[in-house]
Amino acid sequence: MSELHGANPKLAAALERLKMVLGDKLQGVTVDKKIIKVNVASGALVEAAAILKEMGFDHVKGVTGIDLIALKQSENAIELIYHAGAYLDGELAPYVVNLSTKLPRDRPVSPSLVKIWPSAEYHERETYEMLGVVFEGHPKLKRLLLPEWWSDIPPLRKDYRPPGRE
Amino acid sequence: MQEEGQESREIYIYDTGEGLVFSYGPQHPGTGHFRLIVRVLGDTVLEAEPDPGFVHRGEEKMCESKTWITNVPHLERPAILDSAGMLYPYCLAVEKLMGVEPPPRAKYLRALMAELNRIGSHFYYFALYGVFLGLPTPFLWCFGDREFIVDLVQFIGGQRITHSYFVPGGVRNDVLARVPPRLVQHFRTWYSEATGKRPSESELTDDFRKYALHVADFIDCRLDYYWDLILDNAIFISRTRGVGRLTPDEVAALGAVGVTLRASGLRRDVRVDEPYDAYSDVKFEVPVLTEGDGYARAVVAFREMRESLKIIRQLIEGLPDGPFKLKQHPINIRVPAGEAFARAEAAHGEMAYYVRSDGSDKPYRVRILAPSFRNLIVIPYTGRGKRIADIPVIYWSNNFWPVEWDR
Repeated sequence: MSELHGANPKLAAALERLKMVLGDKLQGVTVDKKIIKVNVASGALVEAAAILKEMGFDHVKGVTGIDLIALKQSENAIELIYHAGAYLDGELAPYVVNLSTKLPRDRPVSPSLVKIWPSAEYHERETYEMLGVVFEGHPKLKRLLLPEWWSDIPPLRKDYRPPGRE
Repeated sequence: MQEEGQESREIYIYDTGEGLVFSYGPQHPGTGHFRLIVRVLGDTVLEAEPDPGFVHRGEEKMCESKTWITNVPHLERPAILDSAGMLYPYCLAVEKLMGVEPPPRAKYLRALMAELNRIGSHFYYFALYGVFLGLPTPFLWCFGDREFIVDLVQFIGGQRITHSYFVPGGVRNDVLARVPPRLVQHFRTWYSEATGKRPSESELTDDFRKYALHVADFIDCRLDYYWDLILDNAIFISRTRGVGRLTPDEVAALGAVGVTLRASGLRRDVRVDEPYDAYSDVKFEVPVLTEGDGYARAVVAFREMRESLKIIRQLIEGLPDGPFKLKQHPINIRVPAGEAFARAEAAHGEMAYYVRSDGSDKPYRVRILAPSFRNLIVIPYTGRGKRIADIPVIYWSNNFWPVEWDR
């Protein structure tokens, strides 16, 4: 593990706890200068988020969806990332944990994490309209930025071609 | 795409339910295209739901069809008064991916530009705060004084607002040593007027450092007037105190940023928590209040301007010599495959980028995590149960910028 991991015992404890509880469902942990990333199986997302919340990551800075189909090693999946941060715990404040999972591209359904992180509400709505990810249990899953009459595929999917940019 | 004439429009909000529904906006309710759908019963707000998206331009999609450098000019557009703050984390993220660090002079110039933009943006905050409450004078004052900041920004970056000054690997151009004498002459009159001091020809010359330090002095002096005009104003206090109150636990749960966060007693500032570029070399305070209301947010913003001036003085005095940019291709830089997350403290709050590269000349995915978007959730949360006259304070006290959350 790199120096960041050793630098903060609290962060190390949180990652250790994830490893212990999730077991095989934790698919990988990256800790380096570029990013702190935790990959979990899609079934373990809620559990992982609850652990992170318990360990002090009290809010999300955003939710990102990535369509992986156009990568060089193409995958028929949508990657979902929750950028979790800490406000109340000063020791964890310098770190942002990126909790990531992969959803099948044909049926991207994921449980909503609004109950764990209320701050995810609008970010999940944006990911819903921009990438077509359906968040089950979201209190108000409807369009946010796109117009009401938008009827094309979700625009941040890689197969959406913006008009005039062919 | 559906055929023309067949498109279905779902206007869901004006129909049923208790109370009366009205639309606050979308034609510039104070600033920016934004609609707040408010449901009221008598004078009491039952629900205030934000409806953003009127200026959504699909920046994230745009990023995927432009190269790493040609993304710079449009990425600073979300908040033009704070274009430095908007761009900062993008450059940091791309540099992380490339595994490079800009030269020291670039680090200082970037921080300097970011602080100047922060002051400019906070001036705008106070200008519009006044307008929202029916006080037009702050608008004129703020824009008048902001002009001297803008002059300095133009001198450093070449443009008044959207200067595209930052690039991954440094800054676009170095700062010149001599300020045009015309600018100094113009400034000298106003400086004497505001501060009562008459600087001699050797004190205030066309030397960049001397000029910039005097501009900082001038703004510092003017801020005293602002305290009397806005923050010590009985009308302002009575309209904002106790409105939109949030406790530390609430702001943490909502993930609010910027003045909203710091007015509620949480000392969180990326410049301190995770210092980037020159911020590890400068000393400053993070202003924090515990009231968490509309007034406390204004006071925090006011004190932040003072702290920014402190930082500006230290940066100018410690500005190192040397190159201002890494040696690289001006348009086409190589970014290895990978992903990076970077953040910086913009004027409106914590700004972050998630950037993914697949090794080609264009980004695979750029995620813009804008501070205003994160604060959006504060409006419905604090709006409930307030009075109609409190809506402007609930909206504007959080230091919003509609174009920024629409992207």
